Amino acid sequence: MAMWFARSRNLVSSLRQNLGLSAILIKRNHSSPRPVFTNYQLSSKVFLDPSTSFRHESTAVESQPDLVQQSDHEDDAQELDFPGGKVGYTSEIKFIPESSSRRIPCYRVLNEHGKIISDSDFIPVSEKLAVRMYEQMATLQVMDHIFYEAQRQGRISFYLTSVGEEAINIASAAALSPEDVVLPQYREPGVLLWRGFTLEEFANQCFGNKADYGKGRQMPIHYGSNQHNYFTVSSPIATQLPQAAGVGYALKMEKKNACAVTFIGDGGTSEGDFHAGLNFAAVMEAPVVFICRNNGWAISTHISEQFRSDGIVVKGQAYGIRSIRVDGNDALAVYSAVRSAREMAVTEQRPVLIEAMTYRVGHHSTSDDSTKYREADEIQYWKMSRNPVNRFKKWVEDNGWWSEEDESKLRSITRKQLLQAIQAAEKWEKQPLTELFNDVYDVKTKNLEEQEVGLKALVEKQPQDYPTGFHI
Amino acid sequence: MASLLSRFCRKLALPGSAHGSRMTSSTACGSETVKSLNLYSAINQALHIALETDPRSYVFGEDVGFGGVFRCTTGLAERFGKNRVFNTPLCEQGIVGFGIGLAAMGNRAVVEIQFADYIYPAFDQIVNEAAKFRYRSGNQFNCGGLTIRAPYGAVGHGGHYHSQSPEAFFCHVPGIKVVIPRSPREAKGLLLSSIRDPNPVVFFEPKWLYRQAVEEVPEHDYMIPLSQAEIIREGSDITLVGWGAQLTVMEQACLDAEKEGISCELIDLKTLLPWDKETVEASVKKTGRLLISHEAPITGGFGAEISATILERCFLKLEAPVSRVCGLDTPFPLVFEPFYMPTKNKILDAIKSTVNY
Repeated sequence: MAMWFARSRNLVSSLRQNLGLSAILIKRNHSSPRPVFTNYQLSSKVFLDPSTSFRHESTAVESQPDLVQQSDHEDDAQELDFPGGKVGYTSEIKFIPESSSRRIPCYRVLNEHGKIISDSDFIPVSEKLAVRMYEQMATLQVMDHIFYEAQRQGRISFYLTSVGEEAINIASAAALSPEDVVLPQYREPGVLLWRGFTLEEFANQCFGNKADYGKGRQMPIHYGSNQHNYFTVSSPIATQLPQAAGVGYALKMEKKNACAVTFIGDGGTSEGDFHAGLNFAAVMEAPVVFICRNNGWAISTHISEQFRSDGIVVKGQAYGIRSIRVDGNDALAVYSAVRSAREMAVTEQRPVLIEAMTYRVGHHSTSDDSTKYREADEIQYWKMSRNPVNRFKKWVEDNGWWSEEDESKLRSITRKQLLQAIQAAEKWEKQPLTELFNDVYDVKTKNLEEQEVGLKALVEKQPQDYPTGFHI
Repeated sequence: MASLLSRFCRKLALPGSAHGSRMTSSTACGSETVKSLNLYSAINQALHIALETDPRSYVFGEDVGFGGVFRCTTGLAERFGKNRVFNTPLCEQGIVGFGIGLAAMGNRAVVEIQFADYIYPAFDQIVNEAAKFRYRSGNQFNCGGLTIRAPYGAVGHGGHYHSQSPEAFFCHVPGIKVVIPRSPREAKGLLLSSIRDPNPVVFFEPKWLYRQAVEEVPEHDYMIPLSQAEIIREGSDITLVGWGAQLTVMEQACLDAEKEGISCELIDLKTLLPWDKETVEASVKKTGRLLISHEAPITGGFGAEISATILERCFLKLEAPVSRVCGLDTPFPLVFEPFYMPTKNKILDAIKSTVNY
């Protein structure tokens, strides 16, 4: 049953009850019973990729249900004092196992057929909101398709799609407030789309024309818009994470009703900046929502080659950060999770980590052919049977809020708009040459002025060496 | 060892403070009060003023809360509160990244890297993020409020990891500024300029001078302009260019050279990026000779950039090749420090051979 959104704490504790989540989400409750896990369970390969390593029997160390170990001995009542506080001690030598017997379960609301799972917790979504979410997910699909094709045709130099991750893109954006400051990685254009960036504005950046807010300086898909509180994309991975901690802290100091929201992929969590970002956000008690899109692949590197932990969600507790794993292909679940996390972050002034499980249906980018390192069947499966757009569509349709007529109308109009946007972007003037030299500093420095004079003279003298259209 | 101690046990007479005609480039108030301060106290004063004059400014880094390992941040946390002056986890990439985030939201973030030798984990954030933040966004965003302070340079016993001069790495990065003060009075004014400059600045402080250098420092809020070199000693036979602590050594060489009838013009570059080519060019056109000296290893050091530029601009006026007296091409050694360093006599020899070319 749907649950009305009350205070965040209630939602979280009911999540805990209903889904039987272990105390990993919240501080553990010492009075809850401790289940015993057998050696078999501990050594099962349930969640390992069949192509990777074998877990040895020696991991069957004893019943260790969670990260925190418990002892039944009397010594337990006594505590030791160390910097960092009191800690109980035990005379049994017990290692915390490298992984829990059971993976952290995934929060989901809609089943694969687009039906709400009975007794799920979720924040209700109105017809208006749901339809808008669906429209935007479909728009993102069409945009990705058309821009991808434009790159194939040589009209833009590069593109990367978010195919398969439309629910994460749109539902997370829908759950935020416009004042929340977004620091993307690069596979989240849907967040910018939701906030009102137009198809023309997307096209202008991809073409690097005179209307591009980025002034043509970066590759396509490196969008940014201060008006929409969306920091400019940069290619280096994970650099945005410690910056997000700083942004969150700034918002806290300004006492704004807003948080920083930052995205990262599964691969990005291996970077040092992931550790830096989470640790700083926790220590500084900064309102930041970290959203990890675990889509299974970092270019050609499968997650089994990326880390040995149970994904990313388990890393949150290591930093003292509240975390949740969510089905990233379930728009309603993503919406509830991000909304809840955002409220927690702002009202409790703390970071929250969300691991959104999904699959990267598209290639890494137009420079990649993923059939070279993964099975075409696998891609097909996720594209057809685990499609987040179709899944949400079914739910919206079942509610009587969307029809096939709406569908074909939306797709054809959006397609037309995109083609027009591309044509218009292509026709726009190029950036004036002076923009090569502006904004390196707030004011052009002397050496840049000299270089600009020199270059202009050169271009006038040997125009055949240079592309045309860049007005001096 | 004894010679090392004697080098560091006496308070230094700072370049330009007593000799020759110094052209001052700061505004002098008629009624300004001055106080005798060492370098860390002058920097401390600058930080107090910075935090006082801009309520949206922050100072943070490792151990900054109790005053810092070099006492540069003494009293700040008590006065401005732990929300604005605080310790960070031991993570340079986090310190700078966090600072970029704060600055991008319109605040001034004055971050401290405990030793310049440890700045490298933050190199990605500085080069790929801070330096390009404004440019890549089409000026929609900027992190101009970011200033990164780090103690640099030889200290007599620092070895590989407490003595480095990494300025050359940063001078190769369009979008940031690199500033190095030579004395307490300069440091206060340059630091305030750096903090208030709307561009990210890397500010290297010569740690050797933290306690050794004492100077009369005006107590008021004053700024010394960036990208303006200063002729701290006028001369006619040869131009010497340097920065930071090395200027003290160079000035000693100039004094000795004068006894042998060589008139040396000594220039403090102050800002290495963007650097004041015009002042150096005008000086070399006058003297016809150039000598550059820095502690950092000679190969790929910033002296090479100055040399190449001056060669382009002053070729026909040069009487001799440009001379560079720098550190050796080795990691900064411990017991061998006196051999590694560009000493007064190495500079004096180079002055003489340049003049006698």
